[in-house]
Amino acid sequence: MPEKILMMALSPTMETGTLVRWRKKEGEAVASGDVLCEVETDKATMDYESTSDGTLLKIVVPAGGQAKVGDTIAIMGKPGEDFSALLAEAKPAAVKPAPAAGSSAATVAAGAVATPTAPAALAPSTAGRIKSSPLARRIAMQKGIDLRSLRGSGPEGRIVKRDLDSAPIAGLAAAPAPAGPIYTPGPGDEVVPLSSMRRIIARRLSQSMFSAPHYYLTVAITMDELLATRARLNAGREKKASMNAFLMAIAGRALLHHPKVNSSWNGDSIIRHTAADIGLAVAQPDGLITPVVRDCGRKGILGIDAELADLVERARAGKLQPAEYDGATFTISSLGSSGIDEFTAVINPPGSAILAVGAIRKEPVVGDGDTIAIRQRMRVTLSCDHRVIDGAVGAAFLRELADMLENPMLALA
Amino acid sequence: MAGFDYDVLIIGGGPGGYVAGIRAGQLGLKAAVIERDKVGGVCLNVGCIPSKALIHQAELFRSIPNLRDMGLAVDTAGFDYTHVFDKSRKASDTLVKGVQFLLKKNKVETIVGEGTISGKNEVSLKDGKKITGKNLVIATGSRPRVIPGFEFDEKQVLSSTGAIMLPKLPRKAIILGAGAIGVEFSHVFNAFGVEVHLVEMLDRILPIEDAEAVQVLARAFQKRGVQMYTGTKAVSMQKGAGGVSVVLEDKSGTRKTVEADQILVVVGRTPNTDGIGLEKVGIPTERGFIPVGDFNQTRVPGIYAIGDVVNTPLLAHVAFKEAELAVEHMAGKSPHPRLDLLSIPSATYCEPQVASFGLPEWKATEQKVAFAKASFPYRGAGKSVAVEQSEGFVKVLYDPKTKEIIGVHIVGADATELIHEMLLGRTAELLPEDIAEMIHAHPTLSEAVCEAMRAVEGWAIHI
Repeated sequence: MPEKILMMALSPTMETGTLVRWRKKEGEAVASGDVLCEVETDKATMDYESTSDGTLLKIVVPAGGQAKVGDTIAIMGKPGEDFSALLAEAKPAAVKPAPAAGSSAATVAAGAVATPTAPAALAPSTAGRIKSSPLARRIAMQKGIDLRSLRGSGPEGRIVKRDLDSAPIAGLAAAPAPAGPIYTPGPGDEVVPLSSMRRIIARRLSQSMFSAPHYYLTVAITMDELLATRARLNAGREKKASMNAFLMAIAGRALLHHPKVNSSWNGDSIIRHTAADIGLAVAQPDGLITPVVRDCGRKGILGIDAELADLVERARAGKLQPAEYDGATFTISSLGSSGIDEFTAVINPPGSAILAVGAIRKEPVVGDGDTIAIRQRMRVTLSCDHRVIDGAVGAAFLRELADMLENPMLALA
Repeated sequence: MAGFDYDVLIIGGGPGGYVAGIRAGQLGLKAAVIERDKVGGVCLNVGCIPSKALIHQAELFRSIPNLRDMGLAVDTAGFDYTHVFDKSRKASDTLVKGVQFLLKKNKVETIVGEGTISGKNEVSLKDGKKITGKNLVIATGSRPRVIPGFEFDEKQVLSSTGAIMLPKLPRKAIILGAGAIGVEFSHVFNAFGVEVHLVEMLDRILPIEDAEAVQVLARAFQKRGVQMYTGTKAVSMQKGAGGVSVVLEDKSGTRKTVEADQILVVVGRTPNTDGIGLEKVGIPTERGFIPVGDFNQTRVPGIYAIGDVVNTPLLAHVAFKEAELAVEHMAGKSPHPRLDLLSIPSATYCEPQVASFGLPEWKATEQKVAFAKASFPYRGAGKSVAVEQSEGFVKVLYDPKTKEIIGVHIVGADATELIHEMLLGRTAELLPEDIAEMIHAHPTLSEAVCEAMRAVEGWAIHI
């Protein structure tokens, strides 16, 4: 019997995947574990492995096409089997505009979703297959929630209102339209379709900014001591430990002293994390990703540096696994190398604080006895979620972090 | 079963207790109900059921003028309330036997006696006998609340129990408290020609119901000569040989003395949580009620509390539901937890009937819940005119954004039956348009329900 191959959620937050490339051709034999295709999720490009043996009978979503989680992307079975019934079933939901022959995956993707309004929400033709109450469907429509992302708690698994209370909001395109104008591109304007990553950045960061009341604490830190320490550690070392590794190790220790900062807002409770899992914002060609080094508070600088180097390299190549970028309890974002003196960052959930790190510059500093000295100074700004971290709590953490950076010995104390 | 006499040992055989027993039997648990009197509790013996028998007969009596309209001569001289009373007892006895049969059918034992908790898994009877259960269910119910100065003697000062068991009607009665019970007795007494003085401390009769709905009832009562004193309290009472004399005081402090043969004090009920051994196992009470979790578990694992001993509306149908929740929980099933307080129907049986669930308008305003409303009058449904029941309306409160149904209030004939289509709408999370678009049989009173939902959508037809 031929079988439908469905788009799977390849990351916990994935709602839609873009078929980057088919690695098997129609008519080709497939063994369980073979890579069928590559799928661009919201964060990375992942291999889609087959879970069964058989022959790839039909590719339903061609390279460059998009498929929602649960959509049919291909049909497998024995050679020569009739799969027309399955194909007919799959068609209304899954088939995306076919790509122009011969064009590369990237340009095709752009062409395929040229209408920026395509919401990831409810196609009425597919809604009938999901058990949900009329009220739940209306609320989902109003809030832009994809019912397929939910599990129903009502009778026979029906999705009911309470299941929507904590549901994630889908792509902003599906949210109620803002009162402002919808722009019409002028002549010569380029309409850039949203990549999965752009969509998820838009969603997550808007959600963070709109739901977490942010406030900001800035402090200037004298870095001479830390720079000297780093120079001594790196002397004669072929691979130099990065400044980020130092920051993460020291921030990790400061977080263990301030568990209220190393916490997550959980709707009706707050979760205090026992380990400081620190994410580092890393730029990518179309967006950014935050690989996470786990338990920084208990790891050495060189250990963190080695892990970070590996994660960053794979992050830039778009090859991170979800477990490697999810669940940061604290995040560091550095624009120092871009010459930015100071800035504020948007909190990266589930963390409740993010540290925005500026450039290190020589500055005149008024020291004890009103003498002026030239010092290496760095400005950092901590964004805090006021639901979790009150001002005095954030300030105490930032003060200790600054003290540790000014005098790295304190981090060992 | 590791040494326990029963899987489920239930103290009290009222609506909560007997349903807990039957449900336990259905789920294959060995259960027993301990009852000091008759199974069925207040509801079957001295509450809902006999009172409905009285109300039904009162309404038949009230329809005598309609018979005269047909040219019949009806002689009421032979009227004897004793027959009315006897019928109500018959209804009660029939249903008590029914419950006894259902318990037997589900292999639930009935133990006669007064049980008190003597240990985590143990209940003692008055004669010293001890019975053990893996799970205990406290379903001891409630009793009429006493107010100082108006203590029941059940001769001149009656509780609801005393009033139900009256074999002979007074000529003149004062009814203290205009909740559902007070209003129903007013209706019955008035129908049989008793001079009724209904006293309510709050600003209107049926104070927890929607004010607009109550207004329809209050007007009907007024027309029929029920004397209502709202915003009025009874400050003192004197008993004499010929009756009682009660001093009433209104909000301005003006006093008035009313005399009557009997006074009926129906100002609420007190949970029976004293003297049942809660302190032996460390179960606390809050204002007399036992605090419980989503499945009616008390603080002590294995002990559940249901019905009037819990601070949810003191209604038989709430006890039924809590019995299901508790027993299914102890049987390891996962019932849908928690009562949705907005989905509990209330029903007051008078003419017109008042039925509702969810928020009344005054409460939505008080709780600052955003709402919109629509209503449809009975007279817009042709049937109501044909059967001379055109007083009343169906009113819906809904969320202006999603149109979720958040409250429905029906006043009029058969309101207590009509409410359920709306209630299904809420619990199944239907939208007004679902009910508006459903074909309703013509001619029925249910058409008013359909039209009210069309009114929500802005297209009621028959108005």
